[in-house]
Amino acid sequence: MNNTMQVSFKSKSENEAFARVVIASFLAPLDPTLDELTEVKTVVSEAVTNAIIHGYDQSDAFDVYLSCEINDQNVKIVIEDLGVGIENVDKAIQPLYTSKPELERSGMGFTIMENFMDKVTVESAPSQGTKVTLEKTFQLTHSYSRNGSE
Amino acid sequence: MLKKEFVVKDDVLLVRLIGELDHHEANTLKDAWQLEITSKRVKHMILNLEELNFMDSSGLGVILGRYKEVKQRHGEMVICSISPSVKRLFELSGLFKIMRLEQSEKEAFVYLGVAS
Repeated sequence: MNNTMQVSFKSKSENEAFARVVIASFLAPLDPTLDELTEVKTVVSEAVTNAIIHGYDQSDAFDVYLSCEINDQNVKIVIEDLGVGIENVDKAIQPLYTSKPELERSGMGFTIMENFMDKVTVESAPSQGTKVTLEKTFQLTHSYSRNGSE
Repeated sequence: MLKKEFVVKDDVLLVRLIGELDHHEANTLKDAWQLEITSKRVKHMILNLEELNFMDSSGLGVILGRYKEVKQRHGEMVICSISPSVKRLFELSGLFKIMRLEQSEKEAFVYLGVAS
């Protein structure tokens, strides 16, 4: 199956739940396992939250872009903001590192993304925004054959 | 949406979280939770996550923040009835090295020496 989608929404924290519903709905035809669905919802939530808190410094006036591409079992999700960007990506992705300790951030966002997905790519530069690409190959399922041979 | 229930028994604050805990819900949870800790003068906390359907790293941040407050009171934080997906986040971030895990609310109360 091949399919693509793109959606943009305001950088409001309410939209974190919206983004999770969007990705879950779009990937439903792949018949994901419950674990796969939870993983994808979690990583999208992490990246969108980063865009709102860090990219746009908690202002709700800007746009966050979410897109997804399905090629057979391969899923590629892109979350992008046009905000402040990250000066040192290597530092930002370290477990427990947070640039905003006053906000009670756990610093686990990128660690979770790396654990739950096959591949995570972060493209960013100061005042150039941040683009996070998340890739994962979904299992062929279980309940029925997807090519219709059964 | 996140629903929160607070129950005080002796010096223990029981917190039940129901629904989804993300960054959006984390801020209101923090305020409500802190108010309970200070106004009820509790020492220990039990966190029941049985009906928490979704959590991300923002949830870990709030829980870690309240853990620090309970430590300042020389108390303990006990997690119970955790789902496999939420448990995975706790394990990934090493939270079970500092918080105790029990099967149920009842066992958590027993561990803290409160008769149910």
